[in-house]
Amino acid sequence: MIDGPRLATAAALSLLMCGAAQALEVGERAPDFTRADLSGRSVTLSAYRGKLLLLNFWATWCAPCREELPAFTRWQKSYGADGLQVIGISMDDEIESVRQLIARHPVSYPIVMGDAPLGERFGGVLGLPLTLLIDAEGRVVARYQGAADLPAMETTLRKLLAQRYH
Amino acid sequence: MTPQDPKSRYVIAAAWWLVAALGPAISAAQPAESVPAASLIEPLALASLLKETPAAKQPLLLQVGFRKLYDQAHIPGSEYAGPTSTPAGLDALRERVAHLPKDAAIVIYCGCCPWSHCPNIAAAYDLLQKLGFTRVKVLHVAENFGSDWVDKGYATATQP
Repeated sequence: MIDGPRLATAAALSLLMCGAAQALEVGERAPDFTRADLSGRSVTLSAYRGKLLLLNFWATWCAPCREELPAFTRWQKSYGADGLQVIGISMDDEIESVRQLIARHPVSYPIVMGDAPLGERFGGVLGLPLTLLIDAEGRVVARYQGAADLPAMETTLRKLLAQRYH
Repeated sequence: MTPQDPKSRYVIAAAWWLVAALGPAISAAQPAESVPAASLIEPLALASLLKETPAAKQPLLLQVGFRKLYDQAHIPGSEYAGPTSTPAGLDALRERVAHLPKDAAIVIYCGCCPWSHCPNIAAAYDLLQKLGFTRVKVLHVAENFGSDWVDKGYATATQP
């Protein structure tokens, strides 16, 4: 589901914490990054500016994450020509488990390896899956924490594609 | 729900993919629901306990999930001992508690994913039971560590 703005009290309380990152919210600009994908090709987020980005933090050990991969693969094929770009960020500790899974069941979009610093730049990836829709200007327009309602997400991204690219 | 429904397309596609790709791995994972309710502790209760208890008397806190999540945020004073969904992680946990008395107070937690999907917590609990530990509590993280701990404003650390 799409998170709403968090309460001011939560923000105030967070100041008491020992540096935990603030969650990246809808309306905020997504931080740029460059990472190599599983085949070694460089993936830079800002290079996709102008497209609707679906940025999916996931891991092979996360069952709800795995359930989402076939849909994302299908969407990249169906809506890629309309301006959608899916990018997967694996939070697995080991790249080998990701390679093995994707070798058996390829996806239609690049997957890069994430780490704690990258997660912190996105406000902390403290539970999976986490999926962000990022508009052509690089702003987060939807945020889905946990297993997403995929038909609803598809409806949202179709609307966004229709608004911005047609 | 019929095969023509949009939702059923997702369910069927995901189920087929999961069975084909990951059937053995999934069936091997122990469900978090197998942890007895009496062994669970809710986040608010643990946060209060830690706040009110002198450091020397606090339970041993072990994060048995994934390193990249621990590195981003964890309960202050907790140690990393996982991931217990893997043999290496179970060895790490076994080694960490090897010299502890069996009545040591231990709290384990993960929070990688929604409770019903956590691949680590039940495996960690079962190991500690098999090793004979009698005062093990399991932090019940319903959604994930971010939503159920960090966003609640409970004390959080980012450095090991």
